[in-house]
Amino acid sequence: MINTTFLTNLMPNLLAMAPDTHAAASHAPAAVEVGQGPKWILLIIGLPMLTTLLCGLYAMIGNKTKLPAWTTVAGAGIAFLTTVAMYMSFDGTPYTVHAFDWIQVHFGDKSMIANFSFYIDTLTIYWMLFVTGLATLIALYASEYMSHDLGTSYCRFFGAFGLFVFSMACLVMGDNLLMLYLGWEGVGLCSYLLIGYFYKKPEAVAAAKKAFIVNRIGDLGLALGVYLTFVHFGTLEYAVLFSDPTLLGYIESAKVGNFEAIPAIAQWIPLLFMIGAFGKSAQFPLYVWLPDAMEGPTPVSALIHAATMVTAGVYLVARTYPVFLTSEHALPIVAWIGTITALLSATIAMAQFDIKRIMAYSTVSQLGYMFAGLGVLTPTGGAYHVLTHAFFKALLFLCCGAVMHGFAGQLDLRKLSGLRQVKGWGIVTIGMLVGCLNLAGFPLITAGYYSKDTILAEAFVTPGYSMIGWILVFTAGLTAYYTFRVFFRVFMGPVEYHPGDEHHDDDHAEEHGHAGDFHPHAPGWAINTVLLTLAVCSILAVSLYKVGGSEEKHTKHFADTMVTDSSASFHSNYGSHAFEYYEKDPEHYPVAGVGPRGTIEQPLEMPLVGGDPHKMMYYISAGVGVIGIALAWFLHLFGRTNAAECKMDPIAKRFGPIPKMAENKWYVDEIYHLILVTPLRIGSHIFHWIDKLLVDGLVNLFGFLPRLLAWILKPSQSGVLQGYAVSMAGGMVLLLLVVFVLILQGGAA
Amino acid sequence: MDHLLHSTQLAQLAFPEAVPAITLAHYLFVSAAMFVMGLIGFLTRKNMIIMFLCTELMFQAAGLALIAFGRHHLGADGQTFVIFVLCVAAAEAAMALALVVLLFRHKETLSAQAWKELNG
Repeated sequence: MINTTFLTNLMPNLLAMAPDTHAAASHAPAAVEVGQGPKWILLIIGLPMLTTLLCGLYAMIGNKTKLPAWTTVAGAGIAFLTTVAMYMSFDGTPYTVHAFDWIQVHFGDKSMIANFSFYIDTLTIYWMLFVTGLATLIALYASEYMSHDLGTSYCRFFGAFGLFVFSMACLVMGDNLLMLYLGWEGVGLCSYLLIGYFYKKPEAVAAAKKAFIVNRIGDLGLALGVYLTFVHFGTLEYAVLFSDPTLLGYIESAKVGNFEAIPAIAQWIPLLFMIGAFGKSAQFPLYVWLPDAMEGPTPVSALIHAATMVTAGVYLVARTYPVFLTSEHALPIVAWIGTITALLSATIAMAQFDIKRIMAYSTVSQLGYMFAGLGVLTPTGGAYHVLTHAFFKALLFLCCGAVMHGFAGQLDLRKLSGLRQVKGWGIVTIGMLVGCLNLAGFPLITAGYYSKDTILAEAFVTPGYSMIGWILVFTAGLTAYYTFRVFFRVFMGPVEYHPGDEHHDDDHAEEHGHAGDFHPHAPGWAINTVLLTLAVCSILAVSLYKVGGSEEKHTKHFADTMVTDSSASFHSNYGSHAFEYYEKDPEHYPVAGVGPRGTIEQPLEMPLVGGDPHKMMYYISAGVGVIGIALAWFLHLFGRTNAAECKMDPIAKRFGPIPKMAENKWYVDEIYHLILVTPLRIGSHIFHWIDKLLVDGLVNLFGFLPRLLAWILKPSQSGVLQGYAVSMAGGMVLLLLVVFVLILQGGAA
Repeated sequence: MDHLLHSTQLAQLAFPEAVPAITLAHYLFVSAAMFVMGLIGFLTRKNMIIMFLCTELMFQAAGLALIAFGRHHLGADGQTFVIFVLCVAAAEAAMALALVVLLFRHKETLSAQAWKELNG
């Protein structure tokens, strides 16, 4: 698994640089020549923006057809085809595509350059393939799903949808950190707009605000990180940054655990990036916005809050992986936070009854896996899990959305049962089954199994992380249980369903008949097509892992190639340098032959249950997954006679208050409310009154003083002419008296 | 013409004591008296024309004082200045009277009290 392609292409300095030249490594970076790519790649950026503008136009002319949906599908579809073409024509050399000069500020010997250009390497292509692909499919799905809202709202939905794809493309493809930041804020805005799509619903508005505000906290970290990057490295452009001799020197130091040689300011950069990533990708403690974000329409939940936007944090870490390597604490924190998030949200998901919320918490949990993967030095595992998760979680959300759409907003798994046998729901059932198998990590046939395995195995390979490995294995069992809890409750068992409360204002009321005579509204061709496509993609994603990868031949599978040929690669020469160090000076670098985090070329002998972790993990995680599924089958399907009751209920009672606490999300929202929101609110009230009394008081006082003076002097202007004359005469007399007295005194003196 | 006494002689007859020469103080006294009379008139009368006349009186009192000082200092400045002031006063009088006429047309009265509403 040696990777030098990226480095020989982009970082000729690294291989040439001996570790003892660190001190001399701070001279100005050599001009990096990155080739210019073809301009047609700009279509990927331009088309989504164009669809947004067209949707705005449709809204203005009062279009009431599905035209906005078809425009968006076409735009995203052509963008996807362009991305495929970009992938096909990519020859392994990263290049940039310049759209226009954006920010170029020169001061002294420094200059800040952030052009509107796009940096294309394998990681970019990898990410854009599933972003544009899923956007196309989900736009198609939404064309049917949103059809109740034809008219201005429909245009608004697809306008924001196109804007989201545009922003995501800027985020992923931008060639500098400022472009990434632009896209980062853009997707945040679109997320806000789409969560609050039903803006007449107070919960939706509150959820949109919550998402936006929680994301601001993360964005602050990212903004400061970008700022520090420029201050320390003097550049924001990836191509220059990743070949910067200073940074490469730091990485060399980090490889042998010599973190004292790296200035603290450089070590702070990844920590700040990390805060941004945790906000956007809903990691503990900033994950609270994502479950609430399910107030948005389901296609939005599928695209933005499951498949693409929430993986932006993973992308950020993968893209700036060289920077992360230079910090002693960043990657361990990433790994641990990911693990904690995975476990915490899995426990919450076990106790929820709203199927869309279960999926939301499972998204948080799976994002935790991705971060754990990045943290335990397998960006490949993290990014591969991003891809598989994007497919199967979008599929699961879209299935839940179809249920919600067909059963008038019903999402409670206690009120739905046996949908498998209801006419017209076959494809949804198949889609749900495929999605659940993937999420549960069912062995051999699901991509989710392989991607999760990569992360779990690497957790045992990388020294010091076996605790994380065990927690994640346990969480995998929980995941299998709660996933199949949904499937067995909603799709299997006796047929029983109760419509949700959106039944009465349903446009299809006549189709459905009267309230007492409810007929579910089976999904149409658009939804079914998308579900089938995604189900097939979820299964086919196995091939990305299977095809091409061979340990004997030292070749890498698709995902590994795409990730490690980019800046997310970190382990070229990772082990060999460490060995050189160890051989030269075993006293000073006592970690036997490895960097502080192990090596890839020379894996540590870390036997797991008496075998190579990569091999053993296949059996362990398969076993755990199957046990979870079996448990769910026994507790939630076996012998169940109605929708509301199952064998789990009496067992749950034995746990005392714990299931109730999990159902209430461990009261995290309430705790945040108590320790953060309430003090802030009290503080804001105090400052409100300080502002009102002190600041406004002072300003008003200065306004009031002249008026007071005028009020005192006003009566003297009486309107009586002689009165003025008396004043004048009196004044004159007084003046004369004064003069007189002065003269008398002068005379006396 | 012997039987006709020169006025000076007549005065000497009437006031056997020698009349002291008329000094600056006398002029200033007359001026001050005129000014005070004008002031009192201005303060006590309501008729705007009378009040205007009173201001004229105060004006001429000032003029008189100027001439007296001019004579006292044996210079032409005072006299010149008074002639200039007279010109201005003539113009001002025309305007003031015109104003009075206008005010009268509004209220059909010459009383200054009628304009009491011009207060603060």
